[in-house]
Amino acid sequence: MDVKEIIKPENQVYGKTELLTDNVMHYCPGCTHGVVHKLMAELIDEMGLQEKAIGVAPVGCAVFAYNYIDIDWQEAAHGRAPAVATGIVRINPEKFVFTYQGDGDLASIGAAEIIHACNRGENILVVFINNGIYGMTGGQMAPTTIERMVTSTTPCGRDTELNGYPLKMTDLVAQLPGTSYVTRQSAQSAPAVRKCKRALKKGIKNVLDKKGTSFVEVVSTCNSGWKMTPVKANEWMEENMFPFYPLGDMKDSEKDKPVSNN
Amino acid sequence: MAKVKGAVVVDIEACKGCELCVETCPEDVLSLHKEVNSKGYHYAFMENPDVCTGCANCGVVCPDTCITVYRVKV
Repeated sequence: MDVKEIIKPENQVYGKTELLTDNVMHYCPGCTHGVVHKLMAELIDEMGLQEKAIGVAPVGCAVFAYNYIDIDWQEAAHGRAPAVATGIVRINPEKFVFTYQGDGDLASIGAAEIIHACNRGENILVVFINNGIYGMTGGQMAPTTIERMVTSTTPCGRDTELNGYPLKMTDLVAQLPGTSYVTRQSAQSAPAVRKCKRALKKGIKNVLDKKGTSFVEVVSTCNSGWKMTPVKANEWMEENMFPFYPLGDMKDSEKDKPVSNN
Repeated sequence: MAKVKGAVVVDIEACKGCELCVETCPEDVLSLHKEVNSKGYHYAFMENPDVCTGCANCGVVCPDTCITVYRVKV
């Protein structure tokens, strides 16, 4: 059978969702941000939430998220996305509000905001992209940088005596009573991406059911910051990041005791 | 078992040549072209179109959503 006979609209099984705009993303080749943007756009489209969804963009590489997903967005000051989302969701409780943050934004300058938003059990979904580095500013050490990881500010690797210990944000917020669903996922392979999509879907559902804060961490690569090819970066992540950041659900209020706030 | 045949279309200008689709393809259908697009990236293309099953793994991992997948039963 000729390829031209297969390529017909009725045979299409996978394609770009209409919620993703035609703008070419500014991300580096192979960046995990693109995959997670796509998953969020697909889910918002599939669940018919385009009119209801309000995203809060961070400062960092994902600062231009509003250029790529065709929903309402609000840009927040560095690290303050959960605080801005709190305001939005309290005024518009019928909306689906989510923040999309990187590790430099969420785990460092925004650590206070995220912990208190989760502790208050604000009815938002937090998408946390953790690549262990400040990608946008040149690959400096972040709070999430794993031990012995080489960055531009720790050229000999992160030394815990000098630089302190890496911070596991997901484990931290899982202990707070306001969170309903806390999970850690990745997006380096097709099965991982599909699994990540299911986790994000569950987070969105929990928010729609007003169960409290849902927190989805995606362990990601930053191949430019890590100075590797995208394929090599994925391998490095599987080898070095996954032992420290094990994947899976940390907390699921459906299985544990139910949490209800706001 | 019904046999399936697939095909992919790559948006050449949107492709950044990250090679993740090439790596994830279970049938080794995709490869990077030796030519480049207007931004200078070697874009992905179907090197062995005959063995494509339309599993859509390439589309799922593509960060730039530049792959459309088609599948038919034959």
